[in-house]
Amino acid sequence: MSEKVELVHHVEAINWNRIEDEKDLEVWDRLTSNFWLPEKVPLSNDVQSWKTLTDEEKQLTMRVFTGLTLLDTIQGTVGAVSLLPDAITAHEEAVYTNIAFMESVHAKSYSSIFSTLCSTKEIDEVFRWSTENEHLQKKANIVMDYYQGDDPLKKKVASTLLESFLFYSGFYLPMYWSSHAKLTNTADLIRLIIRDEAVHGYYIGYKYQRALEKESPERQQELKDYTFDLLYELYENEVQYTHSLYDGVGLSEDVKKFLHYNANKALMNLGYEAMFPASVTNVSPAILSALSPNADENHDFFSGSGSSYVMGKAVNTEDEDWDF
Amino acid sequence: MESQVLQAQPENEQTGEPCIVYFSSVSENTHKFIVKTGIDSIRLPLKTSGETPLVHHPYVLCVPSYGRPGGAGSVPPQAVKFLNQPGNRKLLRGVIGAGNTNFGSLFCIAADKIAAKCDVPVLYKFELMGTTEDVENVQEGLKAFWRSNSLYPATL
Repeated sequence: MSEKVELVHHVEAINWNRIEDEKDLEVWDRLTSNFWLPEKVPLSNDVQSWKTLTDEEKQLTMRVFTGLTLLDTIQGTVGAVSLLPDAITAHEEAVYTNIAFMESVHAKSYSSIFSTLCSTKEIDEVFRWSTENEHLQKKANIVMDYYQGDDPLKKKVASTLLESFLFYSGFYLPMYWSSHAKLTNTADLIRLIIRDEAVHGYYIGYKYQRALEKESPERQQELKDYTFDLLYELYENEVQYTHSLYDGVGLSEDVKKFLHYNANKALMNLGYEAMFPASVTNVSPAILSALSPNADENHDFFSGSGSSYVMGKAVNTEDEDWDF
Repeated sequence: MESQVLQAQPENEQTGEPCIVYFSSVSENTHKFIVKTGIDSIRLPLKTSGETPLVHHPYVLCVPSYGRPGGAGSVPPQAVKFLNQPGNRKLLRGVIGAGNTNFGSLFCIAADKIAAKCDVPVLYKFELMGTTEDVENVQEGLKAFWRSNSLYPATL
């Protein structure tokens, strides 16, 4: 890295007993209680399942995971760190260091998957591929450029779009395998990453919105335009990346719906209305179900399925939530 | 918000109109969704120490979930405090969940827990601040739901 990432200029001892923004403590608590390591996931149980994939499917899976590794590496070593100088509170800085570290855990966890399932030669080959794939490199270069800019709010936008949008062309595949009862332990690990990224995108987007409130209407409009321009730029590249990866297995159209669905969520994390209409965000139910078994049924009582009175399956209500 | 609170709490027992009681943290996602629906609403205080409102007419409760591991402590304490008022609990007709499918099996877990505990249906789940379709579904759904359900007392 030739360009210097800016450092925080002034530091005072952090006092967690005097909180300026309670969201800092809440998110810190959530992130630390979500902490996990790939060694806890029994990935070796997927070895048999891996053998049932075709060579093309194996190669696709490795490429997808290498692409995700690159994004997590960027976010861990540059993205989250670049937000530190702009933090308003010491607690916000601490949360970013947690985010940065977890991104490094995520990046390493893909290597755990590789070492469990693949040969050294295959691993070296796919990392070489990642340095040569134009769409993946373009994706990395776009966000790296923004991280090295000097606008604190634009950095938060780029970071939120990475956390809440750019990962999802990759996350689709392990959810797809899981919905076909393949690589289910790998999918469990990816779900942990997906959970973390949701909190990261939520938090950085929240900090963006709080800062945006203090800006002039003109500047707010500039940032909104910037957000949508950047999203379009990234989206066009994501579509090409998606076709280059998934055309061979015929999944590109459903992956694109997943991109739209998550682009909407990225925008909402930044406080903007969803952009893609429901007609292009209707991801296959199997994928949504693999993502969240709680999302498919009981989702819409109003639509008349009438099954919603079957409630709270496997929900323990005998915990500290309740005292009436 | 104050004027909305007053409007949503008329002296008479039944308004005949849908009413949503909701909790939203400072991130305001749930608040934005409720505002978009234009439905009469009462926002629970941000801090648990704040005075909890007493309602006098049927309502549905809207609560976010944040994906805590194991789902422990997932119901916002402000919502627990509100439901610990027997009068409030009696008038609960259904629950709407807000959340993020990224939280997997814990997506909208607070809504599921409240519904199971209070024996009312989960009416709808949406993500973050909801899409246009979510807003329309809840507007239309609650109107129809009110016509058929609001006058029946809850079983608790």
